[in-house]
Amino acid sequence: MKIRLDQVVKTFDTFRAVHGVSLEVASGELVALLGPSGSGKTTILRMIAGLEFADGGAIYFGDQDATAIPVRERGVGFVFQHYALFPHMTVGENIAFGMKVSKVKRSKSEIAARVDELLKLVRLEGLGNRFPSQISGGQRQRVALARALAVDPKVLLLDEPFGALDAAVRRDLRVWLREIQEQLGITTLFVTHDQEEALDLADRVVILSEGKIVQEGTPEEVTRRPNSAFVTRFLGDTNRLQGQVGGGQVQLGGTAVAAPGIRDGKADVYVRPADLEWAVEGEGLSATVTRVIDRPDHRRVLAKLADGTQIELDVPPETRVLRGDIGVLRVHRANIFAA
Amino acid sequence: MSAAVTGKKPPRVGDSPAVRRTLITLVLLVGAVLVLAPLIVIFVQAFSLGLSAFAAAIGQPDTLHAIFLTVVTALIAVPINTAFGVAAAWAVTKFDFPGRRLLIVIIEIPFSISPIVAGVAYLFVYGLQGLFGPALQAADIKILFALPGIVLASLFVTAPFVARELIPLMQAQGRDLEEAATSLGASGWRTFWSVTLPNVRWALLYGVVLCNARVMGEFGAVSVVSGNIRGQTNTLPLHIELLYHDYQTAGAFAAASILTVLAVVTIIAKVALERRGAGRRSRVSLAAPNVIAEGEKP
Repeated sequence: MKIRLDQVVKTFDTFRAVHGVSLEVASGELVALLGPSGSGKTTILRMIAGLEFADGGAIYFGDQDATAIPVRERGVGFVFQHYALFPHMTVGENIAFGMKVSKVKRSKSEIAARVDELLKLVRLEGLGNRFPSQISGGQRQRVALARALAVDPKVLLLDEPFGALDAAVRRDLRVWLREIQEQLGITTLFVTHDQEEALDLADRVVILSEGKIVQEGTPEEVTRRPNSAFVTRFLGDTNRLQGQVGGGQVQLGGTAVAAPGIRDGKADVYVRPADLEWAVEGEGLSATVTRVIDRPDHRRVLAKLADGTQIELDVPPETRVLRGDIGVLRVHRANIFAA
Repeated sequence: MSAAVTGKKPPRVGDSPAVRRTLITLVLLVGAVLVLAPLIVIFVQAFSLGLSAFAAAIGQPDTLHAIFLTVVTALIAVPINTAFGVAAAWAVTKFDFPGRRLLIVIIEIPFSISPIVAGVAYLFVYGLQGLFGPALQAADIKILFALPGIVLASLFVTAPFVARELIPLMQAQGRDLEEAATSLGASGWRTFWSVTLPNVRWALLYGVVLCNARVMGEFGAVSVVSGNIRGQTNTLPLHIELLYHDYQTAGAFAAASILTVLAVVTIIAKVALERRGAGRRSRVSLAAPNVIAEGEKP
C-alpha cells in the first residue's frame, strides 16, 4: 500500500508541531523518519496511524483519502515505543486480541493457529502462555510486532521500536526486523532519533527538524551529500572549521580543499573525524594533540589547531601518537556550506 | 575498621537501629491508642450487659429499620458513584479537553466541603422554601426527609471516592494501552472492558470499598436532609446518636458494633479479593517454566 502525505499540518501548544509535510512512501518500502526530539516525527507517525488528526492537509492510503478515517478502521499496525502490551493477558492472548475484536469473525482454532504462526515468525515459540512481565524487553518488542501483524495491516508503523533496549539486542532486532519486512513486503515507516538505526535499516531516510522535512533520500544520498549543516551534524560526529572560498577552493589556514559550486566568501567546512589524516610533517593544518582515546576499531585523537579550534580525528589503531605531539592534519573529504 | 571487615552494614542516614525501633514503637502506640482501643471499647460496651441484651438491642424494630435503610442507601449510592467515578476518571485521563483541570477540582469539592454544608445546601435546593421545592411539592415528589434525600446527600459526600482512586493510576498508565487496543480494531466499549478495567480493578475495588464505608457511616449531610424520623428516615449512624442521647448506652454501642462489623467486613473482603488476584498471578509465574519444558519435548 502506497502512502502519501500532502501538506500535513498539526499545531500544538507545545513543540511537537508539524508544518506542512509532504511525503510519499512506495508500496513495500521501509522508510525511517529521523530527527531530534521535538522534530515532529512521532506526531507524523501518529497522524498516519490515525491516533492524531491532522489540522490541515491530507493523508492518502493508495488512492483513498484516509485523513478522516478513524484509527480503528485504518488498517495500520502500530508498534509503541514502550510496547503497550496488555499486562493482564498472556503473550498469546495479546497476539490474538486484534483477531478477537475484528469484524472479520474467525473461529477459535483459526485464531490459535494464526497465533502459533506469528509466534514462530517472531521466534517466540513456546512462550505463548507467559505474561509480558515474564519476558525480556527484546521479546516484548517482538510480541508487540506479532500483535500488530496479526490483523494483516496494510501499513506497519513503529515508534522508536528499539528505543528502550540495550545496544546488542537493538542490533540483533534491527537485522531481524529488516528480514521480516522483506519477507512480508509490507509498507513500513519507523521513527527514530538514532541515525545509525535509520541508516542501517531503511531504504529511505526522511530527516526532520522543527516540524519540517530537511532532507530525504537513500542512506547513501543523505550521508554522502547532506544538503545542510544541520543534516551533516545530525548524521554523525563532525568538526566545524571556518574558511574562505575563492576560485573553487576553500582556504583553511595552511591547506586548501576543493569547494565546487560554493559562492566566494566565508564558508563553514564540516569534516568527519575519519576524513582527517594525521602526519608528523608536510602540508596541512598544524595541530597539537591534547588527548588520545582508544576504541576497539580506531584511536580517536583530540587536537587543537593553532587558532585554538578543537578537532577530533580517527586514526588507525597502530598509529603512534601521544599527548603533546605536534603534527599536521590532511583533509580528505569535507562538506562545505556558505556561511 | 571498615564495614566489610566487621561484617556490619553502616547505617544509612536516619536508619540506625535506635531510630528504627523508636519509629516502629511510636507508630504501633499511636495505632493502638487511636484506632485499636476505641474499636475494642465498642465491642466491650456492646456486650457489657450480655449476649441477650445485645440481641434485644439489635432486635428493636427501629434499629432493624435503621440497618435496613443504611444498606438500601449503600445499594443505591455505591453503584451510582462507581459508575460516576469510572466515567469521570476515564474522561479526565483519556481525553484532552478544555476545563479538564477544573473538572478534577469539581470532583474533589465534596472532600473539602463539610458534609453538613452539603446537607444544608440540599435543604435550600429541594426544601419547601428552596429552588425546586414548590415544583416538587406540586408534583407530589418527596425528596427531603425521605430516602431520595438520604441517597442524594450520600452521593454528594462520596462522589470523589472512586474517581480519586482511579485518576492517579490511570494517569500513570497513560493512553498507550487504549491506543494499542483501538489500533487493533477494538471499539471504545470493548477497549474499556477488556483493557482498561482489568488494569485498574484493584484501585476500583479499593475506591468502591471506601465509598461504601463512607456511605454507611455518613452522618452530617444525612442528618440534615433525613429529618431524623425514628424508624422511618434514621440511618444507622443517626440512630446510634439518638440511642446515645436517650442514655441507651448498650443499645448505642450494639448498633455501633454493627456499623463497625460492616466496615471491617468490607476491608477484609477487599484484602481477600486482592490476595486472590495476587495469587493467580504468582501461580501463573510458577507454571511458566513448565510451559517451556513441555515445548522442548518432542
